[in-house]
Amino acid sequence: MPANHATQTSGAANANRRWLPQMPPQGWRGLALVSPTLLYALLMLAAPLALVFALSLWTQNYLTLDRTVTANNYIEAFTQPLFQLLMVRSLTISAVVTLVTVILAYPIAYYVAFYGGKRKALWLLAITIPFWTSYLIRIFLWKVILGYNGVINGSLMGLGFIEEPLTFILYNANAVVITLAHAWAPFAILPIFVSLSKIDTSLLEAARDLGDGPIRRFFRITLPLSMSGVVAASLIVFIPTVGDYVTPKLLGGTDGLMIANMIQIQFGKANNAPLGSALAVSAMVIVGAISILFVWLNRRFLKVKG
Amino acid sequence: MKAPRSLFTYACLYLLFLYAPVILLPIFAFNDSAIIALPLSGITFDWFFLLWETEALHEAFKNSMIIAIATAIGSTTLGIFAARGAARYVFVGKRGIMGFVMLPLVLPEIIVGVALLVVMAQLGLSLSAWTVVIGHILICTPFSIAILLSAFNNMDRSLEEASLDLGESQIGTFFRVILPLVTPGIISSLLIAFTISLDEFIIAFFLTGTDVTLPVYIWGQLRFPARLPSVMALGFLMVLLSLALLLAAEYFRRRANRVTGGDANKETIF
Repeated sequence: MPANHATQTSGAANANRRWLPQMPPQGWRGLALVSPTLLYALLMLAAPLALVFALSLWTQNYLTLDRTVTANNYIEAFTQPLFQLLMVRSLTISAVVTLVTVILAYPIAYYVAFYGGKRKALWLLAITIPFWTSYLIRIFLWKVILGYNGVINGSLMGLGFIEEPLTFILYNANAVVITLAHAWAPFAILPIFVSLSKIDTSLLEAARDLGDGPIRRFFRITLPLSMSGVVAASLIVFIPTVGDYVTPKLLGGTDGLMIANMIQIQFGKANNAPLGSALAVSAMVIVGAISILFVWLNRRFLKVKG
Repeated sequence: MKAPRSLFTYACLYLLFLYAPVILLPIFAFNDSAIIALPLSGITFDWFFLLWETEALHEAFKNSMIIAIATAIGSTTLGIFAARGAARYVFVGKRGIMGFVMLPLVLPEIIVGVALLVVMAQLGLSLSAWTVVIGHILICTPFSIAILLSAFNNMDRSLEEASLDLGESQIGTFFRVILPLVTPGIISSLLIAFTISLDEFIIAFFLTGTDVTLPVYIWGQLRFPARLPSVMALGFLMVLLSLALLLAAEYFRRRANRVTGGDANKETIF
């Protein structure tokens, strides 16, 4: 039957190609099954990304493309003060967003994991429902909440707490941070929730029996054991927010624009796709490097696994 | 165990923060005022009628539907291949390959948009709804894989072995035994991919050309204050649609786990 046949073929294949690692029985069938998906990702993601990299080494001469390899776009991307400013600002905003989102998310994940009881699934559903509202409209509604005549200012003035509308909450980096901390909330809550759920409660009981108070117990047992979730949450929030386009554009004003807005301008109005590519590649490499460093530091000093 | 009161209060305040924008949506969708601000006026259905009369919106709706359906089918098909391969077989390079196909999950969407835009420009192909579909399949496939992987993993392997022992071929077994067992997972994957595609903006914005999708249409409307109330009405209708699809997906996901003998609360995709 096919099963035997497969074992023989894979055995033969292994004998012929000793330089390949030993493939388990029927392994080739698994590889064959995965290959359409892999092929799609190679063709539609890896190849385009390679082309973006190639393009970043070329030069746009108005309408024609000069294919001579040069690092000029990268030199421009890293030395022009405007690009430096946008890159630093994007990374700072994303780092702050990540910090705020994870710190706000941790207690709620803790609550659902340890006190959710039979209602855990309901809590998780309640947390995810707001995020099925149109992304654009959700961000626009934050503008309504934070605006000059918005909900917050309207209520605070109505209640007599303030005389004049607060202006530090719209069209600047604060507004971007608040909105992104909202937009990415479930992506931070869920990994932390999963890591907290996996904690063996007998460890917590042992700590209590051995005389640890609730705070010591939290910092010595619960937090270290849930760090893998915190690390995952941080990366899931940090990496995509660096490339966010809509929030800075709608809420950031001129002081809140980020690198993605500049990339879009280079591909659009500025008609300089090579420079845009160089900016995109630089952003990806920097974000990737920061992420790897972050994971490494956690492994090194906090012994966080996987 | 009973939660400390402070933690419970925090949980409630946090939910309020999460729901703040969503609560405002129906309020402004029915508010009888052309300005999106407090205080509220009366109740009106005008904004919904206005939507009905807008031709450009109908075109955008049609495009979004076509793109979302094509994306759902494409990403679920690719998801079935990858999930079945990864759930059933052990092979060399599995971790690396699966990690690579799941990569779009953490890649900023603008990178996917830019990359495909560059390819289309270099190949001299024109942008259309189909270029959006290519990008959407890329970002939806990881979600499909996650859902289907749990469906395939929860499946009882002995049913498959019984079918093979009773003389059914590999292909016959796949279509007559395995596929029916994971059908709820497939439906759940179709619905999730459909919903994600329907709401995706950045990739559509980069790749759509003249075939405007709903989010791209909304983006254009946000610049005109007079159009905003009807955008709120549109947003409200889209929330209702998304919620219906999400609840349906959740229902099928739970059924998938029940049919295949898994624990419904064990593996949550979210």
